[in-house]
Amino acid sequence: MIYLDHNASSPLRPGILDVVLSVMAQQVGNPASVHWAGRMARQYLDEARRHVAALLDLHESRIVFTSGGTEANNLALFGLAAAKGYQGELLTSQVEHPSILQACEVLAHQGMTVKYLRVDGAGRVDPGEVASALTRQTVLVSIMAANNETGVLQPIHDIGAICQAAGVPFLVDATQWVGKIPLHPDSVPADLVTLSAHKFGGPKGVGALIITPSLLLEPRMLGGGQERGRRAGTENLSGIAGFGAAAALIKTTLIHEQSSVTALRERLESQLLAAVPDAVLWGVQAERLPNTTAVGIPGLDGETLVMTLDLAGFAISSGSACSSGKTTPSHVLRAMGVDPALSQSAVRITLGWNSTSHDVDSFVNAFYRSVNRLRKGS
Amino acid sequence: MKLPIYMDYQATTPVDPRVLDAMLPWFVEKFGNPASRSHAYGWEADAAVTKARKQVASLIKADPREIVFTSGATESDNLAIWGVAHFYREKGNHIITPTTEHKAVLDTCRHLEAEGFQVTFLPVQSNGLVDLRMLEAAMTDQTILVSVMAVNNEVGVIQPLEAIGRLCRSRKVLFHCDAAQGLGKMPMDVNAMNIDLLSISAHKIYGPKGIGALYVRRQPRVRLKAILHGGGHERGMRSGTLPTPLLVGLGEACQLAASEMVAEHQRVLALRERLRHGIMSQLTHVELNGDLQARVAGNLNISFNYVEGESLMMAIKDVAVSSGSACTSASLEPSYVLRALGVNEEMAHTSIRFGLGRFSTEEEVDYVVHIVVNGVNKLREMSPLWEMVQDGVDLNNLQWAAH
Repeated sequence: MIYLDHNASSPLRPGILDVVLSVMAQQVGNPASVHWAGRMARQYLDEARRHVAALLDLHESRIVFTSGGTEANNLALFGLAAAKGYQGELLTSQVEHPSILQACEVLAHQGMTVKYLRVDGAGRVDPGEVASALTRQTVLVSIMAANNETGVLQPIHDIGAICQAAGVPFLVDATQWVGKIPLHPDSVPADLVTLSAHKFGGPKGVGALIITPSLLLEPRMLGGGQERGRRAGTENLSGIAGFGAAAALIKTTLIHEQSSVTALRERLESQLLAAVPDAVLWGVQAERLPNTTAVGIPGLDGETLVMTLDLAGFAISSGSACSSGKTTPSHVLRAMGVDPALSQSAVRITLGWNSTSHDVDSFVNAFYRSVNRLRKGS
Repeated sequence: MKLPIYMDYQATTPVDPRVLDAMLPWFVEKFGNPASRSHAYGWEADAAVTKARKQVASLIKADPREIVFTSGATESDNLAIWGVAHFYREKGNHIITPTTEHKAVLDTCRHLEAEGFQVTFLPVQSNGLVDLRMLEAAMTDQTILVSVMAVNNEVGVIQPLEAIGRLCRSRKVLFHCDAAQGLGKMPMDVNAMNIDLLSISAHKIYGPKGIGALYVRRQPRVRLKAILHGGGHERGMRSGTLPTPLLVGLGEACQLAASEMVAEHQRVLALRERLRHGIMSQLTHVELNGDLQARVAGNLNISFNYVEGESLMMAIKDVAVSSGSACTSASLEPSYVLRALGVNEEMAHTSIRFGLGRFSTEEEVDYVVHIVVNGVNKLREMSPLWEMVQDGVDLNNLQWAAH
């Protein structure tokens, strides 16, 4: 099996499992306990926090560990909305992750105004539209760093500058960005940043929200006072230790990996277009993550193509995994103005830290055969 | 015997090696996202999630479709109480919970109070148990939820869940039970106990930290508002990628608990009694906190008069025990649970919670008895009050001169 679905979940990087297992196999206590077992647990927490802080180049007190990206996004949105008495306007885009869009929908029900910015044909939000949509009522701007389906990067630095000038907090969902491109939230500038460990080779079940200390944010999970009162509950210790280890690892490998994965993706896309000349690549006019290819094959059903490739031993995806079984057409492609019939044929190929040129070559071969077979059959 | 000794099983438990073994393949070879429906990696992860859901459900005699996975019991408590309160607020705005609940329950209830809900924080009896007549008397036609823990984390007392459940059902009030400390230590049956919502934590039953579950009854159907929104995982009640290895660990921990509960109970109870007799037969002026009969096997909570709890902790620092709940022990406030049982402030400060469990041994117990007795004796020798007590002065009746 060759796994090319890293945006859904990236396998654990080398060495991370050892860290996770050693924490679990040891007699470590509850980090809230004062005795030696508790202290040992706290040391793992502190060390992981230092590693994540070093990766993002910020102070460790700004990191709040959560159960993942979804919880971090929810904490940011609801925490801020609650601090504002559920009043005012939220500004986001049409192509955000469901954890942002669904949370916004609930907040709209609770009386807040939500504005969804459109994107251009390449999937980009126009910073100018952010600037003109801001009002005195705007309490938060929430724009993802990189799109999970197309890999398109949003102009977060421009948007960050606009938000800073307007004095409006800026939430960056960097779930897909972190681990693929260096990120320094302070240079964005971003007030809230969402991370997920399993998207870059850390364990599942752990993520973080980066919070600017001055920002008022009500906790969503109460009781116990962990994470400086921002997020209660006994910490996922082994997961957090693995998260920290993965952050420490990519801090050194990131730059190299970024260029090697970019080269692999170029190889993939040029071969793909040679094999299936009428294939449509999305987002290519924009800056993209180095690993993501979103492609449509006119006349084919994306789901069928993914199943065919699975039988051939290749794991890719026909949209985002979070849509869990729902076969509704991608909201991201719709926002980009892609013809609905064509978007039904969309598949996503996402490379990662363990992808090789051999993986890419054999994938393109299987892709070529599958497309031809499906086209002959139809 | 190996030092140091871990005797704080109510704060957290070590991961059982068998649980670790079960989790292993799901970290590396089988790492798919269970929500990925289009390839084998996703399917096998989904199958593992299904199996774990069955294992969890089976331990509490529930249907697998009634299990919602969460990041732990704190999230489960928040989701149950906040979620029910917000879904049923048209029906009523009153919630009842004892004053001895875990902070996850109490803080959530206090937050709801600030939102305009009415909360009755029900006092408990001096043995730590809820008085059913008081509970019934507290119910109004506005009551929508009663939240009572199965087992208290500090004093280990087992609440009369069956009677509470029967009362709640007859009054058409939902019953949430935080079973973090009870699960795996006593039989739990959501139907026999009429429990509508039940919080589960993996790391209290030899599973990994960072995973738990909430049981939500389907018949009659219990509804709640979600706290985490997103991909619509867990039937919309809790979004977020399911961490397959952790779920497998929770499932395995539940299965082990089910198969070993009876034997483990006997073994741990014998250890606990050995510890209790060992300490209480050799020391005077010690008090057991919480009921002895209605109590989980692994808990012993004792107050040592005329010593300071913190000094005693230092005297036995090779042994990991807790003075109060793990979640609050970093503060110097006396335990609110002991205060609710009517234990005076001084005695609350001198309390130690000994938590025994699956890997505790007789040798460890004997060693702990020995150093506790020695430690207490030494500390008392240094105490001016102790000398007066030895001389027969009744300190409770001392009349201090007013200057």
